[in-house]
Amino acid sequence: MTEEIAADEFTRMVASHRPQIFRFLLASTRDVDLAETLTQDCLLKAHRHWASFRGESSVMTWLMRIAINLQKDHWRSRRMQFWRQASSGAVDLDEASEWLPSGERSAEQQMLARERVAQVWKAVEKLSERQRTVFLLRYVEEQELSQIAEATGLSEGTVKAHLSRALVKVRGELGGKR
Amino acid sequence: MNFDEQLDDELNAALKEFRSSVHGWSEAAYFRPRTAIHAAPRARVWRLVAGWALGCALLVGAVGGGIVEQRHRQELARITAVQTAEQQRKLAVERAREEEDLLAKVDSDVAREVPSAMEPLAQLMVEDESK
Repeated sequence: MTEEIAADEFTRMVASHRPQIFRFLLASTRDVDLAETLTQDCLLKAHRHWASFRGESSVMTWLMRIAINLQKDHWRSRRMQFWRQASSGAVDLDEASEWLPSGERSAEQQMLARERVAQVWKAVEKLSERQRTVFLLRYVEEQELSQIAEATGLSEGTVKAHLSRALVKVRGELGGKR
Repeated sequence: MNFDEQLDDELNAALKEFRSSVHGWSEAAYFRPRTAIHAAPRARVWRLVAGWALGCALLVGAVGGGIVEQRHRQELARITAVQTAEQQRKLAVERAREEEDLLAKVDSDVAREVPSAMEPLAQLMVEDESK
């Protein structure tokens, strides 16, 4: 009976948090297939350790921490397997910048917006792994600094420092193209 | 320090557009029809096959390269030996000829009927006989 309740809870948790985990991993990797695989791995790992989750942080922060570690492990193993580079499914910056809600803007405004998004992607590409993670958690997932600190295992001060550096690079990329 | 306060309008707008773009892309990718269920293991098999093929090619290349190198060295050694033998033979022929010439010169010098110092006198004697 208790197991059934836990399973139900887990299913609900997956349904509510899966899109966000996928989105973070997609933004980190720019690879839809890889993001899906890592999301599956993240949820599988979460399922295995679900019983030991004590609720010291929010479920989202806990899942995000697992996702960040999986992503780190993936890049580490990828560096060792150089021949897999060729089969990378990461889309290029232009393709990633294609997605823009049309809203009620003119074609010219849309084009400018697309260009700005491409510039932000370009800057994100140049960030270090940690800076990128912190940047995406803040400006895509809109997490608080304390949540980011918990998810990444960094202090809030370090998170602020990484964010500042990331913003300088993004600003530089946007400024350089004016 | 609030990070959003230090953002200028343009950066803020760019970050908002970036967020919207990622959300839109993610949503579209999340709800796309899944057709890659069978493709993933196949891709893995292909990767495995490619890995093995690459490994075998490297092994064959290394072994083949070693054999070719070995044969090349043997061939070089053979050519060098042949060239050395040829040089030695030519040297021997040259020496033999020089010795032969020397002997011939000595022979001609020794075999003279009259020593060169006596030659004018001998000529006089020949002239007298003819008279």
